[in-house]
Amino acid sequence: MSSLSEPLRIAVLVKEVPDTYGERHLDLETGLVDRAASDAVLDEIGGRALEAAVSHAEANAGTEVVALTVGPESAAEALREALAIGADRAVHVTDPQLGGADLGLTAEVLAAAVERLDADLVLAGNQSTDGLGGVIPAMLAELLGRPQATNLDAIGIGAGEVCGTRASDHGTMVVRASLPAVASITDRLPDPRFPSFKSTSAAKKKPIETLAAADLGVAVEDPAAPRSILISVAARPPRAGGMKIDDEGDGGTRIAEFLAQNRLV
Amino acid sequence: MNYPDDAVLVLLDLTPAGELHSGAAGLLGAAAALGSPVALVVTDPASGGRAAAADAAAGLGAVRTLVAESADMGRALTVPAVDALAAAAKLVGPEVVLVSHSIEGREVAARFAARAKAALALDAVGVTRDEEGVVVRHSAFGGAYETESAASFGTLVATIRPGAIEERGEDRPAAAETLTVEPSGLPATTIASFEGRAETSSRPALREAGTVVSFGVALGSPDKLALIEELADSLDAALGASRAAVDEGYAPQSWQVGQTGVSVSPDLYLAVGISGAIQHRVGMQTAKTIVAINKDPEAPIFDIADFGVVGDQFAIVPQLTEAIRAKKA
Ligand SMILES: Cc1cc2nc3c(=O)[nH]c(=O)nc-3n(C[C@H](O)[C@H](O)[C@H](O)COP(=O)(O)OP(=O)(O)OC[C@H]3O[C@@H](n4cnc5c(N)ncnc54)[C@H](O)[C@@H]3O)c2cc1C
Ligand SMILES: Nc1ncnc2c1ncn2[C@@H]1O[C@H](COP(=O)(O)O)[C@@H](O)[C@H]1O
Repeated sequence: MSSLSEPLRIAVLVKEVPDTYGERHLDLETGLVDRAASDAVLDEIGGRALEAAVSHAEANAGTEVVALTVGPESAAEALREALAIGADRAVHVTDPQLGGADLGLTAEVLAAAVERLDADLVLAGNQSTDGLGGVIPAMLAELLGRPQATNLDAIGIGAGEVCGTRASDHGTMVVRASLPAVASITDRLPDPRFPSFKSTSAAKKKPIETLAAADLGVAVEDPAAPRSILISVAARPPRAGGMKIDDEGDGGTRIAEFLAQNRLV
Repeated sequence: MNYPDDAVLVLLDLTPAGELHSGAAGLLGAAAALGSPVALVVTDPASGGRAAAADAAAGLGAVRTLVAESADMGRALTVPAVDALAAAAKLVGPEVVLVSHSIEGREVAARFAARAKAALALDAVGVTRDEEGVVVRHSAFGGAYETESAASFGTLVATIRPGAIEERGEDRPAAAETLTVEPSGLPATTIASFEGRAETSSRPALREAGTVVSFGVALGSPDKLALIEELADSLDAALGASRAAVDEGYAPQSWQVGQTGVSVSPDLYLAVGISGAIQHRVGMQTAKTIVAINKDPEAPIFDIADFGVVGDQFAIVPQLTEAIRAKKA
């Protein structure tokens, strides 16, 4: 861990996810996200986390921003985009054995990668766009023995600490954590900048390090580790539209009648 | 003290006022369907309401309620509750641990699972038991898919989607006991201050509401909110909003319905001036009945609406509110 006066190394956790603007599918055989069926994009929330890290780096010379992902080979594209937004370098943990990894295993791999990077601050999204678990940052904090400043609507990265406002279930709290720490942000934070032509071509020269689980000392097939396993997947028929009318001055009344007929009022 | 062999440990969340959170009934109902619910509440010794919370838990099906006191609750984030859950699990030896899939709850569950090396299943909409053990039901991509998962072996930690469980436990005699917790000493985030959300009205909570009235960015100004509020109140509905409306500051974040907001499955969802972007739909398309008002006949919300009116919300909504009031009178 670097001392207070030294610039920070920030690991930003990004993920390749199916584009939410398109149809998203699960493979009915494996239950995994059917990556072939949708366009893959950099997780929107990961882009916001990157923006927070990159704008901190711009104001604090020497800060290093490393984009980190655990994902299939294709996720290199998402890392290129992260580099174009302004990350200095990227780490891609990819391993056929990690396909379908459950949360526990994903958190273990990410924790090992963060240790190896020796990052002072881990910055993540509060939830991933496909999994919506909202738990990886907390699990990482537990595994790394670091404080977790998660679900932040606003974030401040300062000397030796990260602080912010946390949107919790019953209200808003102001929280502070000493570095090294794990933080996650919500979609209240600004969108990432749109990469310029220049930054996109510069990104092509930035390094992406590729690692397998074994490089991180993680045993994928640990028989002693209980896992969450998928036992069935079923598609539900899509919902169909019903009746649509034009308002001819009685639209409100017509809705009230519909509600009454269906015993909804 | 002995605990039942089929104990299901349930972490119950308390409101800032020290009362059981409304999700407790569903959590204990889910636990009762699997075995004998043993509840855990974690409180700050300075706050009252312990006995009342334990009584309330028994009333909802808890055979026993463990009360852990931690001076760090309310001062340090997540870690005190994880420490208490770990102590309770050690004592009770449960087959299953259930926690709410709320912001606080899911993080406690996840850290506990990481610490205990237990399998973790998230955002369950149902839990059942078959010959091989406990099966967790999930709803993916806004209800387009249903999946089931299970733990390969060992304790299963599952978070439960608030409002998703309809089973209820039976009323039991109160049985509370104090749980001593050994703090883990893990570094935690400090809570410097807390501001409770002003519950501005007696409206139902969004996640659990039977009726939701949602509005979008087309509202145009926070001054117009009264129009929507009157409609919601005529239906005893909770208020929801699109992300675009939240971004503009017309609604607090806690009202956001969709991908990055709350998922709801009410009996009636009334979408007013909402386009029905896919990220909004995944948060509400499992509603039993959907009614939409939108001036654009091509708005995607109409693709999933049972009843749609193409027209101006500012003309339709007041008339609708009036008509509902008249029907109720
Ligand atoms: C990763 C990601 C996550 C997202 N998460 C969410 C989420 O959780 N929730 C969410 O809602 N969105 C989410 N979004 C944003 C989403 O894509 C849409 O931008 C948003 O839902 C649009 O909100 P809206 O319907 O209020 O606005 P618009 O799409 O701008 O629609 C306004 C609608 O109002 C109608 N209108 C205008 N004037 C009137 C009038 N006088 N009377 C009647 N109708 C009128 C228009 O015809 C139009 O259909 C997310 C996006 C991304 C990329
Ligand atoms: N495979 C992954 N690789 C990198 N980061 C991840 C991965 N999965 C989750 N994360 C990070 O953790 C956040 C929360 O994810 P989740 O718990 O899956 O909702 C995401 O927004 C990412 O920042």
